[in-house]
Amino acid sequence: MSIRVFVPRDTTALSLGADAVANRLAREAATRGHSITLVRNGSRGLAWLEPLVEVETPIGRFAYGPVSPNDVTALLDSGLLEGNISHPLALGPTEEIAYLARQQRLTFARIGITDPLSIEDYRAHTGFYGLEAALQREPQDIVEEVKASGLRGRGGAAFPTGIKWQTVLDTPADQKYIVCNADEGDSGTFADRLVMECDPYMLIEGMTIAGLAVKATQGYIYLRSEYPLAKEILDEAIARAEQAGYLGDNLCGSGRAFHLEVRLGAGAYICGEETSLLESLEGKRGLVRFKPPLPAIEGLFGRPTVVNNVLSLAAVPFILAEGAEAYATHGMGRSRGTLALQLAGNVKRGGLVELAFGATLRTLMEEFGGGTLSGKPLRAVQVGGPLGAYLPESQWDLPLDYEAFAAESAVLGHGGVVMFDESVDMAEQARFSMEFCKVESCGKCTPCRIGSTRGVEVIDRIRANQNREANLALLHDLCETMVDGSLCAMGGMAPFPVQSALAHFPDDFQRAANGDRS
Amino acid sequence: MNESREWSSQSIQAEINALKHKPGALLPILHALQDRFGFIPSDAIPLIAESLQQTRAEVHGVISFYHHFRTAPPGRHVVQICRAEACQAVGARQLEAHAKAHLGIDYHQTTSDREITLEAVYCLGNCACGPSIRVDDSVRGRVTPEAFDALMDELQTRPLEVMG
Ligand SMILES: Cc1cc2nc3c(=O)[nH]c(=O)nc-3n(C[C@H](O)[C@H](O)[C@H](O)COP(=O)(O)O)c2cc1C
Ligand code: SF4
Ligand code: FES
Repeated sequence: MSIRVFVPRDTTALSLGADAVANRLAREAATRGHSITLVRNGSRGLAWLEPLVEVETPIGRFAYGPVSPNDVTALLDSGLLEGNISHPLALGPTEEIAYLARQQRLTFARIGITDPLSIEDYRAHTGFYGLEAALQREPQDIVEEVKASGLRGRGGAAFPTGIKWQTVLDTPADQKYIVCNADEGDSGTFADRLVMECDPYMLIEGMTIAGLAVKATQGYIYLRSEYPLAKEILDEAIARAEQAGYLGDNLCGSGRAFHLEVRLGAGAYICGEETSLLESLEGKRGLVRFKPPLPAIEGLFGRPTVVNNVLSLAAVPFILAEGAEAYATHGMGRSRGTLALQLAGNVKRGGLVELAFGATLRTLMEEFGGGTLSGKPLRAVQVGGPLGAYLPESQWDLPLDYEAFAAESAVLGHGGVVMFDESVDMAEQARFSMEFCKVESCGKCTPCRIGSTRGVEVIDRIRANQNREANLALLHDLCETMVDGSLCAMGGMAPFPVQSALAHFPDDFQRAANGDRS
Repeated sequence: MNESREWSSQSIQAEINALKHKPGALLPILHALQDRFGFIPSDAIPLIAESLQQTRAEVHGVISFYHHFRTAPPGRHVVQICRAEACQAVGARQLEAHAKAHLGIDYHQTTSDREITLEAVYCLGNCACGPSIRVDDSVRGRVTPEAFDALMDELQTRPLEVMG
């Protein structure tokens, strides 16, 4: 019998040489006369172990990693194909790796296990159960189920998904749309990418259920152009789902319709903001719209539109298949279910950690992350993307919960956790936040467009010790003006990392810029 | 530049015609043109404007709004360096300075042998394994300055491909 060997094909595994590992394995196994079936699975999300090779044995899958092409000979010699665990890269049974075993994987239950493009694999792992359940129910019923789950949008604003859907369902129109926000622009985040590259049918299923719930027959996935592999995989998955009757004019023979298309963004962070995204989908510059009207009432091409993040939509199949209660039992307070955290930056064990809300940041960074990659002390952590605050050690015991973070002027956002060791210069980080806002501002309002440009200049003067105290006062004022006067959260939140750096790391603003030290 | 990337009014119009019926067709058209020709030729602007019944100024405004679209031909390879926070935390600033020095160019410039165009990018979704760069359509992780040099040498000395 042919032995199944798994070598992931997601962007991270490929970025670390997974293709070369797969080729080498195939070649060497053939030379040795072993019959293997190479499966290019998705990633388990244990990024620090990539490329993570797995072998199927009669007692389950065994993992090895991180594997480089040069390790292949020795691994085969040591009995990799029998799941032998004597090689230093052997990790034992995959499911027992502590990092994985200690997570609560609801949304990411399937990633890395299946071949992302195989509909048979997807079905064999409870795929389309949610859709089949939804097809038996009335739209209002589906919306009620999502409301009862307590699901809140995972794109950043944490708005209750069921309530958004209700508005769209209640607004009559000749055409409605489901738009998936796959712009994933935040540094430190890759959970949307993992869904799309490793379990694309889950997103397709979630969007189709959303369509049934609000009576929308057309969906668009607005995908950032930085994700070419996700585009390729989604396009292929959509084509196969159409073939198999899971998309198109007659969903599973029900007579109901849902069509789906991927549209590429073009390198503009602001197009992750939902109204800018809609402008972009309409073929225009991504200028933020005034609200109201809400997109749920007047969205894409002026029609009622659900705009949801990838992870919000990806949570829906589980909720429909297992029931709202199964989802809502996880979590704390008003933050129900699980949160996909992404450990990134200077971290020893980076990757995807799906946990029920409520764990602390410290648990995440220490017990999962294992501290910094450099081995130097951890100094600051930025949570929630480029618009999120930098948190010092005194805040690492915060529970991961929307309200707890908001109380500290911090955000969970899309769950990105970027760790920095003691070598970080927080004045330089503050400067970058302003620079990023300057580069990515849509330009519609003055506090953001001009404020960010001034912000960069003022921080440069502070770091050059020109009139330091006066310029620090100016920087505080400027931040307040941006927070109070910007039309959207780009200009309104870009000061958060700056203000937190000023508050918690004031010393860094009292010495010369790195470049001036020598 | 190679043959298959040469453009003419006819080939531009063919790309436009294949997509102009779509709702919100402008971005798909611009992507198709850039994928095929490597950039958006200026001759495309009046053709797109005419086909979509928009003004040239509108089309131009869209092209210039988005960082991804370029209006001049790039080198044979486009190398993007991630400048965002997670990569900064593991040495992206040093890599960025090294790359510019090694190639002798700044962002948005092309080496004199027309092999490599350097661009900045803000996150490639590979944030647990930075510093990250993208070379054409493939992402590389944990890129040290040495790994960068080796990769550039490989790109710049590769024999000419046979184009399909
Ligand atoms: C500057 C800016 C960038 C944003 N980027 C994203 C993004 O990349 N992905 C995303 O899902 N939401 C992003 N959002 C949030 C969206 O505006 C919107 O709240 C979200 O797509 C709604 O979906 P959800 O309710 O499922 O979270 C961004 C918001 C702002 C202000
Ligand atoms: S805050 Fe910035 S990004 Fe938002 S609308 Fe104003 S200029 Fe545009
Ligand atoms: S920050 Fe560099 S890949 Fe995400």
